[in-house]
Amino acid sequence: MIWDAAFVWRAIMAGVGVALVAGPLGCFVVWRRMAYFGTALAHNAFLGIALGIVAGIDPMFGVAAAAVVVALLLVLLQRQNLLASDTLIGILAHGGMAVGLVVLSFLTGMRVDLLTYLFGDVLAVSWTDLLWIYGAGAATLAALAALWRWLLMVSVHPELAAAEGIPALLVRLAFMLMLAVLVAIAMKIVGILLITSLLIIPAAAVRRLADTPETMAVYAAGAGVLSVLGGMAGSMVWDIPSGPAIVVVAAGLFAGVQLAGGAHDWLTRHRTG
Amino acid sequence: MTATNEDEPLVRVRGVRVSFAGTRVLDDVDLDLTPGRTITIIGPNGAGKTTLARVILGLQRAHRGKVHRRKGMTVGYVPQRFTVDRTLPMTVARFLGVPKSYPRHTIGAALSEAGVGYTRDKPVQNLSGGEFQRVMLARALLRRPDLLVLDEPLQGVDLGGQLDLFALIRRLRAQHGFAVLMISHDLHLVMRGTDEVVCLNHHVCCRGQPESVSQHPEYRHLFGEAAARAAAVYAHAHDHAHTPGGAVVAGDDHAAPTASDSEAA
Repeated sequence: MIWDAAFVWRAIMAGVGVALVAGPLGCFVVWRRMAYFGTALAHNAFLGIALGIVAGIDPMFGVAAAAVVVALLLVLLQRQNLLASDTLIGILAHGGMAVGLVVLSFLTGMRVDLLTYLFGDVLAVSWTDLLWIYGAGAATLAALAALWRWLLMVSVHPELAAAEGIPALLVRLAFMLMLAVLVAIAMKIVGILLITSLLIIPAAAVRRLADTPETMAVYAAGAGVLSVLGGMAGSMVWDIPSGPAIVVVAAGLFAGVQLAGGAHDWLTRHRTG
Repeated sequence: MTATNEDEPLVRVRGVRVSFAGTRVLDDVDLDLTPGRTITIIGPNGAGKTTLARVILGLQRAHRGKVHRRKGMTVGYVPQRFTVDRTLPMTVARFLGVPKSYPRHTIGAALSEAGVGYTRDKPVQNLSGGEFQRVMLARALLRRPDLLVLDEPLQGVDLGGQLDLFALIRRLRAQHGFAVLMISHDLHLVMRGTDEVVCLNHHVCCRGQPESVSQHPEYRHLFGEAAARAAAVYAHAHDHAHTPGGAVVAGDDHAAPTASDSEAA
């Protein structure tokens, strides 16, 4: 039976680890309207992969490095106020991706399977990968917990936060670094194309159920884990790619909560009115 | 307590200039904020009012000139009307407890002082314009500010609520003794309860007591004769009482002050 194989359990543990980090981070992505920024970081993974191959290191580190560079570049570019943020993010997203793809095309000597990067290759997760996912994931969650209140205030109103003495720019940078780490560890699980969905869908799905920022973060982590477990199971049973399977389950969760919430609203309206 | 000279300004602004992309947004601006005094900055849109507030708050560097802020000073800031993103689940009480947490009864007391104790467990996104500004005031009060900076506090507040909000700000200032810096794009409502009006249009056009500023040629030039007359009329219009609904209780005769002056209560 396939469930006896060690690689299956490694895959599930890796997915759960990534989901636990993506949930709370994703809440801030949703609150701060940074979904497009998440996508930009993910697109630049191509640049990171190229970087990793050229430097002869694991692409995961290349991806993290590229994401950090993009985050810093964005903060730098935002200092001018001629172009809007979404334009700048778009330039960085596609510029970085294009450079990455051009460099990769020069590396024809070694066969680079872009598809596995695009959609993830969760069954190729090694013990070392798992160690990195949990190590970096735990560090990211610890940093998030430490900066939680500041980050919350910066999300509510950055100027107000700064006026009250919070180092808003540093907090913003720290959050971007956390996202960079997440993109690097999530790439193998859901693939470049779908990383943003792992951030925003679980968080959006549980919004209706949460009444504090903290419960939303915890629920989002839970919804992410459920999506990973459901997606992995589907992937094993029907032999479908795991990344899309995970996202389909997450989207299903979102739709389910929306429908249930809508029905609940409708019932309460018609009972009272 | 360290011996602080009460006459020493909380913030002293001297010759401040700020330029964006070659345009002088602020030019040679002087300002002193002293405890217990209210200064109102008025001026047309784009005159640099918010930039000046940001300089005072330490959010914007002065490109020339000096800004001296008293050491250890606490600032309460009420920014221009904003909304908290609906995706962020947050009650009013929680909003007041971020980033620094306070005991529940302290938060309740601050909200009650601002007249919105009943909003404590509401989602912060469900407040009306007037309620939100009062919640922001309560939030500022929790910090025990030496200086309260209010950027267009009357935006999104209906007319009756504006007068109430003003009375509240004045009462809180009297009770807590902080300095108030208020930004407004019109003189109408700020006429009373302001010690000094600074008319700003990148540079300081004129300054002084509200009544004298409204008669100042520079002010008339900037806002037009109609605005100047309206401001003058408004000074009289304050001399009658309003019901909570905003209806005028006493008064066709604007010139005659009545005993039931609610503003003086």
